Amino acid sequence: MSDPIISVENLSKKYTIGHQRQQGYTTLRDSIANSAKKLLNPFRQKKVKDADTNLEEFWALNDVSFDINQGDRIGIIGRNGAGKSTLLKVLSRITEPTTGSIRIKGRVASLLEVGTGFHPELTGRENIFLNGAVLGMGKLEIQRKFDEIVEFAEVIKFLDTPVKRYSSGMYVRLAFAVAAHLEPEILIVDEVLAVGDAQFQKKCLGKMKSVAGEGRTILFVSHNMAAINTLCSSGLVLKQGKVVCSGSISNCIATYDLESSQDRAATWKRSSDKVTSSLIITEIGINLHGKQPDIKLEVNVCLESLSQHKSAHLAIEVLNTIGMSIMQAIPTTENYITADRSQHSVNITIQLPPLIPERYLVSVWVGSHNTETIDWVKEAVMFEINESPTLGRSFPHHSEHGYIVPASTVEILNV
Amino acid sequence: MDPKTTDSQPILIIAAGKTEQQYWKDLWRYRELFYFLAWRDILVRYKQTEIGIAWALIRPFLTMVVFTIVFGNLAKLPSAGVPYPILVFSAMLPWQFFANSLSECSNSLISNSNLISKVYFPRLIVPLSAIVVSFVDFMISGIILLGLMAYYNYVPSWRILVLPVFISIACAASIGAGLWLAALTVKYRDFRFVVPFIVQLGLYISPVGFSSNIIPSQWRFIYALNPMVGVIDGFRWSILGGETTLYLPGFLLSLGLVFLLLITGIFHFRKTERTFADVI
Repeated sequence: MSDPIISVENLSKKYTIGHQRQQGYTTLRDSIANSAKKLLNPFRQKKVKDADTNLEEFWALNDVSFDINQGDRIGIIGRNGAGKSTLLKVLSRITEPTTGSIRIKGRVASLLEVGTGFHPELTGRENIFLNGAVLGMGKLEIQRKFDEIVEFAEVIKFLDTPVKRYSSGMYVRLAFAVAAHLEPEILIVDEVLAVGDAQFQKKCLGKMKSVAGEGRTILFVSHNMAAINTLCSSGLVLKQGKVVCSGSISNCIATYDLESSQDRAATWKRSSDKVTSSLIITEIGINLHGKQPDIKLEVNVCLESLSQHKSAHLAIEVLNTIGMSIMQAIPTTENYITADRSQHSVNITIQLPPLIPERYLVSVWVGSHNTETIDWVKEAVMFEINESPTLGRSFPHHSEHGYIVPASTVEILNV
Repeated sequence: MDPKTTDSQPILIIAAGKTEQQYWKDLWRYRELFYFLAWRDILVRYKQTEIGIAWALIRPFLTMVVFTIVFGNLAKLPSAGVPYPILVFSAMLPWQFFANSLSECSNSLISNSNLISKVYFPRLIVPLSAIVVSFVDFMISGIILLGLMAYYNYVPSWRILVLPVFISIACAASIGAGLWLAALTVKYRDFRFVVPFIVQLGLYISPVGFSSNIIPSQWRFIYALNPMVGVIDGFRWSILGGETTLYLPGFLLSLGLVFLLLITGIFHFRKTERTFADVI
């Protein structure tokens, strides 16, 4: 059993990204034009190449190596764009690596999305078969597990209804139920638990745990550290396409937390193009001071007056990572930014309410009146709160119950 | 499967450009997915339509009526003693199959892009199952031909037994051209506009509404550069029997082109397939 079940060696994956063209695919016209150019002046090939320099190479995975043993439950952690999804895609053979190799023993099933291949026009029953086949199950295997799947998904009544008439909850339940009944040696799961209600998420997590208990190998990607912590035995932290930590899961989560807190004083700078208004925000920097539950958010904003404008004031907005506004701070509506000087530097300090450990985005607005926006930089910088505002709280917070934990007292009245 | 048996499992190696040996084995392993995709497309095709599968009969039938009136009754083109509707329909069958295959295939990868970017399977399955759907339509519209033959009291000769051979050639032509267009459409969306044009034009430059006998003999070999000419002539030869003759050099040229199309189609598809998930 000492042989690893998955062995990854020097794996790299390169994408070429175009900076100007919006679509990923080339048009026929471009291809024809390019080859025509090359035909017409073969000696100027270098120039044609120069024209292509707005194509930039991007290594989504860069020299990644690791081994996974049978029965391991690996949590793959990393920021958005760290290469987690690319790694899963390469492991599940959806896309080819650019260099390096992977050796896999056993059947791999990957669940990168809930309900892949579901067709809205087909009924629940038909979709179970279709989705099962897409995930690599045979017809007999699906028939054998059919009742179990239906029971797990709790959709017996709607088996013969087209899934386009399902509620989104039912849809997700059915989709996960099919996937949960796969029996591969290696199961690759991407952030699929983020869907469905809390109760169902719990059920899914339980199912995955029991699957893992049968000696199967699981690779699990999630941003939900609590889920990773309970499910996984070891971890892999990715940062910019490289493995920065592997080993025990608690170690990995700690590394990841450290990584994210390091760029806490995130800054934003305006890229030189796109200047449209008379007064622009050029730089934003934030800093956190103090400890929970008494944290101050300091926002430094640099502005530049480019032409005559009305005098203005700032507003700072704090949002959650999906862009929902949690609060707005306007120190004063007095217009303190005037056009008689070109450079402005403003420092705003916000007393944060007791926020749950999460990442938060900050937007900065400048205007002369609440209906007159001059410049507005949305979701420019991010900060992260790592500790609970309630000292000694042992159970995790969940954004479903809100972002603010107000101080509260209790008085027991025995009547 | 018992997870403890993994030691005896074959080892899968993933590396750049190293998928070849696995591929054809996988194609066989995923045959059930192939069957399910075709089944899905057939099920979905006529969902929420009032007359359902009857559309597979009405479309070719009406085209046949129009062609019979235009080419047979108005233009009075010769039909070598065969009722004009049968002459038209024996060509309409392979042509519709080919045309449907082209349009279904070229769109198949795009419309299944969610599958391609999220699950692994041999991509060849997608366009092939699109062909199967067109083939089902082909079989259904075959009923019209039987109806016409019964109506005109037309009894086919022994040559009808060779028909399966020509059906295979039609399949090969559809698969070859379909794979080319499917792979090209992934990268160049221009082909979404090119394919309907090919289908529309092809109907008139292939001998569907008329017999290829009306082509001047010095041009017939050149005419056979259109691979569908060979396929359609083959269909007419075996269905109509009697005085219908097969112009052999032209037929062999078409046949050669069909196989060239098929082999290069598979080759090109396999070559570009590995980048589909990144490009689509």
